Amino acid sequence: MCDAMQKSKTFQRKKIVIFFWGCTMIITLLTIRLGYLMIYRADHYKELATDLHERERSIKAARGKIIDTNGQVLADNKTVCTISVIHSQIEDAQKVIEVLHKELGMDIETLTQKVNKVSSREKIKTNVEKEIGDKIRNYKLAGVKVDEDYKRYYPYDTFASKVLGFTGSDNQGIIGLEVKYEEYLQGQNGIILTLTDAKGVELAYAGERRKEAIPGNNLRVSLDKNIQQYAAQVAEKVCEKKGATSVEVIVMRPQNGEILAMVNVPEFHLNDPYTLLEETNGELTSEEKQNRLNQMWRNMCINDTYEPGSTFKIFTATAGFESGVVTFQDAFSCPGFRTVEDRRIRCHKTSGHGSESFLQGLMNSCNPVFIDVGARVGVDNFYKYMEQFGLLSKTGIDLPGEAATIMHKKENVGPVELATMSFGQSFQITPIQLATTVSTIINGGTRITPHFGVQIEDSEGNVVKRFTYKETKGVVSEETVEKMRYGLEQVVAEGGGNKAYIPGYHIGGKTATSQTLPRGSGKYIASFIGFAPANEPQILAMVVIHNPQGIYYGGTIAAPVVKELFSNILPYLGLEPEYSEEEQKTYDIGEFDMPNYLGMEKEEALSKLKEAGMEVELQGEGNRVKEQFPLAGEQVKQKNRVILWLESVE
Amino acid sequence: MEQRVRSRARKKSQESYFDYSLLFIIIFLVCFGVVMIYSASSYEAQTEFGNAYYYTKKEMIAGGGGLVLMFIISRIDYRIWFKLSPWAYLGSLLLIPLVLTPLGIEANGARRWIKTFLPGFSLQPAEVTKLGAILFFSFMICKLGKKVRDPKAVILLFLMMVPSAGMVLIITRNMSSAIIIAGIWFLMLYVSTPGYKYYLLLAALAVVAVILLIYALTSGIIPEDSSFRFARILAWLDPEAYPDTKGFQTLQALYAIGSGGILGKGLGGSMQKLGFLPEAQNDFIFSIICEELGLFGAAAVILLFLMMIWRFMIIANNAPDLYGALLVVGVMAHISIQVILNIAVVTNSMPNTGISLPFISYGGSSIMFLMFEMGLVLSVSRKIKLDNV
Repeated sequence: MCDAMQKSKTFQRKKIVIFFWGCTMIITLLTIRLGYLMIYRADHYKELATDLHERERSIKAARGKIIDTNGQVLADNKTVCTISVIHSQIEDAQKVIEVLHKELGMDIETLTQKVNKVSSREKIKTNVEKEIGDKIRNYKLAGVKVDEDYKRYYPYDTFASKVLGFTGSDNQGIIGLEVKYEEYLQGQNGIILTLTDAKGVELAYAGERRKEAIPGNNLRVSLDKNIQQYAAQVAEKVCEKKGATSVEVIVMRPQNGEILAMVNVPEFHLNDPYTLLEETNGELTSEEKQNRLNQMWRNMCINDTYEPGSTFKIFTATAGFESGVVTFQDAFSCPGFRTVEDRRIRCHKTSGHGSESFLQGLMNSCNPVFIDVGARVGVDNFYKYMEQFGLLSKTGIDLPGEAATIMHKKENVGPVELATMSFGQSFQITPIQLATTVSTIINGGTRITPHFGVQIEDSEGNVVKRFTYKETKGVVSEETVEKMRYGLEQVVAEGGGNKAYIPGYHIGGKTATSQTLPRGSGKYIASFIGFAPANEPQILAMVVIHNPQGIYYGGTIAAPVVKELFSNILPYLGLEPEYSEEEQKTYDIGEFDMPNYLGMEKEEALSKLKEAGMEVELQGEGNRVKEQFPLAGEQVKQKNRVILWLESVE
Repeated sequence: MEQRVRSRARKKSQESYFDYSLLFIIIFLVCFGVVMIYSASSYEAQTEFGNAYYYTKKEMIAGGGGLVLMFIISRIDYRIWFKLSPWAYLGSLLLIPLVLTPLGIEANGARRWIKTFLPGFSLQPAEVTKLGAILFFSFMICKLGKKVRDPKAVILLFLMMVPSAGMVLIITRNMSSAIIIAGIWFLMLYVSTPGYKYYLLLAALAVVAVILLIYALTSGIIPEDSSFRFARILAWLDPEAYPDTKGFQTLQALYAIGSGGILGKGLGGSMQKLGFLPEAQNDFIFSIICEELGLFGAAAVILLFLMMIWRFMIIANNAPDLYGALLVVGVMAHISIQVILNIAVVTNSMPNTGISLPFISYGGSSIMFLMFEMGLVLSVSRKIKLDNV
């Protein structure tokens, strides 16, 4: 007992005090450590913790529009909705399923599965029309979220489909300009940050932080909606009439390479790009379908090459002039063929053109003449000029997937190869390459870069960036340019391209008819490249018709397409016709009094107008003329268009 | 005459002395603990058990029972425990192997609890052992008297400590409780023997050993996968390099502490308790205090513990006899080691080991035995002769 009662010693008390101060010291150090963590390191850990606690939901940025040269919107955005459910917030699951079934038309089984799935957020449907989304929102169902979203929308659907391209579900460009200008168009997605617990369940009481999306910038392109639509119209017409597999039209400004229209018939539906145009028999494997889609999306003006045929004689002639080996007056003779080494190469006119000047050879598109010119130029110079005019490299057009020129290796070119190359066979280039090369020759000798993109604008229309393109001046000499303009105008005025002739305009051009490989398949490509005015070209148009049925000559079927196109777009572009005296006589152009057609039968009026060489536009339906414009007795020019309103009379 | 008056006054004061400051601190900490457990556990309790009060209710029952127990013990003269001390220690040692019997309860991969007759409440033998050790070492040191300075006596005491710390470490795999028992033993021995040399030497050796171990680990002399404790040490040195494994808990605690800042997010405002820091009401509750109450709240809690230790020192130094003084020193050692280690772990000042924060961390048996110890200290304080204060 006495053991328990003994007193504690003084040293023991001292040691207890030291023990206490030791504790105090350690605790003070820990408090300092705590202060370091909570003041100095606070921001670091706060940031890490916020990352952990917050969940991001992105707000899609509106994609920039694509606008044509006149401000018409070619690619726009449509607001769509994404419907999703948050399991933990649903109060009346049955009601939710019923409403979603009614509004979205999804089957109850799928909906039940999705609504009852324990997940933080379950997507029910995306790309729901805004009206339906608003309707669902108005039910004010707990746990149902309607988020607005953007979807690409193309107001003209098939308009320049292979040029504009389209976007995927994530709003990213897949083909065409949509891909090429992705960085400008895409904008910056915003985010909604919400607090969640460790399982990712959003906290109902916590608010959300938003970082608004920045919409993408608009792309202004050189395309002209009216020209493109008109070009598409004429292309579709010829495609149907000639039963062709495809028709391409390029309209561009030869001076600077701006492309006003690029048509690839058949065009596909930009708002429904994954549906094949042609009917498919039987089920396709996904690989087959993808191949067919890729085929449908191909821009043949750029992605595919062809044998240019006679249009390439423009190059051969230019090379001949540039190397000084030929003049228009030089005499040639065409017996209907030319024998090169052991090969007999035929002219398209098998009976031969007889003796002719070089100008006549050009107008006749005579192969033996060009074989001779090619031989005079020689392989070295031929390649030198091809290189110089940019034919051997890509044009650099602002569309993805441009195909390269397929050309003989220079060291493999013998007299036979040179002969065939002289009139545009045995090698392949893209249509845009040919259009660019011809532009270079006729615009005064400046190699231009064909392009669509003009500038980037913000949503208010302020220019953010203006694009410049490479131009190489002095590729062709002035004299040669003049000669080529003259020669090619003669081709249209009196030569093989005369079906493109429009009174009052100076039009230059060249036709081509080439057989597709393999030879003897009976498949042809008819093409025509034309420009106006011939003396100071401002517009160049090219038509390529693949596999036309029946008559397949470029001069017969492709030249009229350009004529039809030019007769409409030249006045539209402000190029008024000027008639020479001769033309006035030939085409009876002049002022006269407008006859009266009122009350006349439709057929009779039309035949009279046709006789007078007037163009007619019909309005309304019926068999009798109700009104006319210009009115009877007015002074009119022959080229004026007459509008007749029709009515039905028993 | 004068003598008689003084002695009467002394007698009167003897009966009326009671350490009300300590009592206040204890009651405050217990109540604060309940509030913090509610704050830290309600979200998980709601999602796990559908009852936000699941943990809080149990803690309130244990805390209330503990307070009653404390008052009863504080009314009992502590001297009656003197002769019971060896039996209490022996009993607590016998409880430990029970975790291996079907009575044992396994949780979080360790068998540390045994069932009690109260449904829903389990007992952690290690907590009993801490109390038993305090009682027994006080008894032994008193019994040894001056002989305690003899190295033989030190070895004897050491051999008596080993079974408890060893069994807690090996059977229940509870290193932190073993450290606490050894720490209690060490500090009581330190207080009861004169001289500092050996203790300083021991402390220096410990520091050198720790530094060598860290060096060996970081330089790759010891492969890091040789023991899970070594991996913990590496995770301690750079928790952000092991964010999903050993560094996970520590990193989550640091997120909580750091994002609390100076003023905190407000009571109930913790984000980390929403499942990011698992079992936030347990060992890492201090990080939730930091997150919600900020540096000021955390410092206030630390200050309360420091005041409590200070009161222990006052009571120990004024205890009427050595046994009472040693009892209080044991409790002081227990509380101070546990507070320091807990805060050190939570602030990543030392490697992670499971140590609860006294009075505040959730744990029924922990609070019951802590309250028993508080009862003992208050009982000692009642016997203080006022003129000694």
